[in-house]
Amino acid sequence: MQTSSEPPKVAEKPKEPAKKAEKGHPSGDKRFKVLDMTMKRNQYRQDALIEVLHKAQESFGFLEEDVLLYIARGLKLPLSKVYGVATFYHLFSLKPNGAHTCVVCLGTACYVKGSGEVLAELEKHTGIHQGETTEDGQLSIMTARCIGACGIAPAVVFDGTVAGKVSASEAIEKVKPWFNNNTP
Amino acid sequence: MDLQELHEIGAKEHRSQKPIRVHCCTSTGCQAANSLTLKKNLENSVKQNGLSDQIQVVGVGCMGFCGKGPLVQIEAKNKLYEEVTPDDAASIINAINNGTTATAAEGDLNHPFFAKQMRIVRETSGKIDPEKIEEYIAAGGYESLYKVIHDMTSAEVVEEITKSGLRGRGGGGYPTGLKWATVAKMPPKQKYIICNADEGDPGAFMDRSVLESDPHRVLEGMAIAGYAVGASEGFIYVRAEYPLAIDRLEMAIKQAKKLGILGSQIFDSPFDFKINIRIGAGAFVCGEETALISSIEGGRGNPRPRPPYPAQSGLWGCPTLINNVETFANISAIIREGAEWYANIGTEKSKGTKIFALTGKIRNNGLIEVPMGITLREIVEEMGGGVPDGEVKAIQTGGPSGGCIPASLLDTPVDYDSLIKLGSMMGSGGMVVMDKGTSMVGVAQFYMEFCRGETCGKCVPCRAGTVQMYQALTKIINKQATLKDLEKLEQLCQMVKATSLCGLGQSAPNPVLSTLHYFRDEYLGLIESNQNGKKPPQHQQPATAHN
Ligand SMILES: Cc1cc2nc3c(=O)[nH]c(=O)nc-3n(C[C@H](O)[C@H](O)[C@H](O)COP(=O)(O)O)c2cc1C
Ligand code: SF4
Ligand code: FES
Ligand code: FES
Repeated sequence: MQTSSEPPKVAEKPKEPAKKAEKGHPSGDKRFKVLDMTMKRNQYRQDALIEVLHKAQESFGFLEEDVLLYIARGLKLPLSKVYGVATFYHLFSLKPNGAHTCVVCLGTACYVKGSGEVLAELEKHTGIHQGETTEDGQLSIMTARCIGACGIAPAVVFDGTVAGKVSASEAIEKVKPWFNNNTP
Repeated sequence: MDLQELHEIGAKEHRSQKPIRVHCCTSTGCQAANSLTLKKNLENSVKQNGLSDQIQVVGVGCMGFCGKGPLVQIEAKNKLYEEVTPDDAASIINAINNGTTATAAEGDLNHPFFAKQMRIVRETSGKIDPEKIEEYIAAGGYESLYKVIHDMTSAEVVEEITKSGLRGRGGGGYPTGLKWATVAKMPPKQKYIICNADEGDPGAFMDRSVLESDPHRVLEGMAIAGYAVGASEGFIYVRAEYPLAIDRLEMAIKQAKKLGILGSQIFDSPFDFKINIRIGAGAFVCGEETALISSIEGGRGNPRPRPPYPAQSGLWGCPTLINNVETFANISAIIREGAEWYANIGTEKSKGTKIFALTGKIRNNGLIEVPMGITLREIVEEMGGGVPDGEVKAIQTGGPSGGCIPASLLDTPVDYDSLIKLGSMMGSGGMVVMDKGTSMVGVAQFYMEFCRGETCGKCVPCRAGTVQMYQALTKIINKQATLKDLEKLEQLCQMVKATSLCGLGQSAPNPVLSTLHYFRDEYLGLIESNQNGKKPPQHQQPATAHN
């Protein structure tokens, strides 16, 4: 269905009502304050970079350039170092994810139990590939290298909740409301 | 706090426990199958029947039989219930009370899956509430730490661990005592302890289970190590994919600090030890010790050449002791029972027990802790119950660094050295059983895809070699390859193995080499079908649609 090569559109970011940031980021976006607090708690130590990035991703959903710049300034690190670290680790994302996520485990135990088929079916039904987000910004399909729930393989994480012994049809049922509702 | 007070905490906990404890697993596997709702229903049922002074519902850690979760066990009645739904709760409480039959399926605690186990690391897993330090203390926890601080010198502790014969459980199998002695010998300045809880091997989840089910056991092992080598600070590097383990560790550290068991002047002695948590960000290579150190320092997880070993120059250039979760989890039992007791378990060169994650095409999925030296057949056929409607074809051990062992070698005893002799390795303890429907070339390709995606890119043989090997395997699977390609693939394997900087690259070819060794026919079948246009036999098709 959706096969455009355009980058997926960003889901609406939660808007912060207040506008009374004194220092922080010039935009007044409160989420930068969270970063300030995290950096302060770590005494602006440069080795806290990964922790700050975790926090940033948690509050912003992904690491936009502005955020990386802000962290670089805060920890007095060159942007290249911050960028280098942010791109090294798989969990950090420089692109926004959808409002809902579905992570299919492709670890060995899950692979042997057919998680490849689950993924293939999901891709077929949603029209997006792993690592992509639906055009309406609602659903992202991702993969993992093993989430440590191998005893109940194949495992899929739907919006942070682990489900075990998932069949392709169950997975599709689960994500249906997340992308059908909002597709025009 | 002194020993008396520690015992008093334990005694008080014992007094507060009800005669019948209903254990409900709240680890990841069972939570995924709705065990939290089940637990709530069990609690409500106890209350509604006015049984609160007799029956206590306890959220416990993993019982091991994760494939049949959620599990509920009632030790006082010698009962285990499998695949319990929230609707079964009332009937289970009824069964305890009136001797009726519950609606949930009863498990067999005499089944080899349980009967053949020997639990040291997992002795209290599935029996105590991991979120309550009092339960760990009531089970004898932190007595070993007290003992080393008050009754032993650092050198004696190192000696004890050395004599036990314990080897690292993170994969390499390096003698733990020797590693401790090396760090202990370094000049008495700042030193660090690191617990490697990155557990990147796909198919392995024993570290996760230990952390979720008994976090204090790991903290105690780390503190004992700190005392033995002269370190006052420790880090646990946990992968971000394990949120429940992280939560429970944070909780455990807080509780231990509050009681004066971690922090400064532990048990009123001059020994200080604090533990910090560092969360990974999804990079397999960060399990490699030098990469892990660089990641804790806030950098990219690039390995560096050794020597110097972390024992000499590790975190921020200081001597650093790195051990795996399971290694640390063995320590308190060794101190409590003595090195000799431990050294009597297992084989001559591999002492103690090992936890394996038994998964894949097998009837009984889950975690087992068994003495070293048990045969693969006992594990797979007796404990695991074999392949459901089919036959074992191979067992993959050691994850991306290991290999596939064919069914014909099932009588091999499992220990560090015998598995290496077969061209595989124990690794962290993943055991993925494969049946006749699994394509071994497909498996090799699967692991190469993994290594290709996880290489840190620092050295060329690994960065480019894994990509080329992956391409060669894909070509074979797509039936476009010739014998010449196979030859090239083998050369590549040798080259990458010999010239890569770290363990990732050095072992990346292992899954290819071992499947080539034992299942060469499958490779040849695919190649021949190219040359003659013939179709290969059915079982040589890839198992899944993956790639
Ligand atoms: C690529 C790579 C990944 C590794 N991953 C892990 C891991 O996830 N967990 C672990 O404990 N050890 C891992 N290791 C082994 C560690 O480098 C190190 O040897 C181990 O943590 C030492 O602890 P031990 O002596 O208690 O086994 C890995 C090694 C390599 C080369
Ligand atoms: S062998 Fe691979 S993972 Fe290891 S340092 Fe070299 S490129 Fe990085
Ligand atoms: S392989 Fe999928 S959870 Fe481990
Ligand atoms: S997760 Fe419940 S038994 Fe293992």
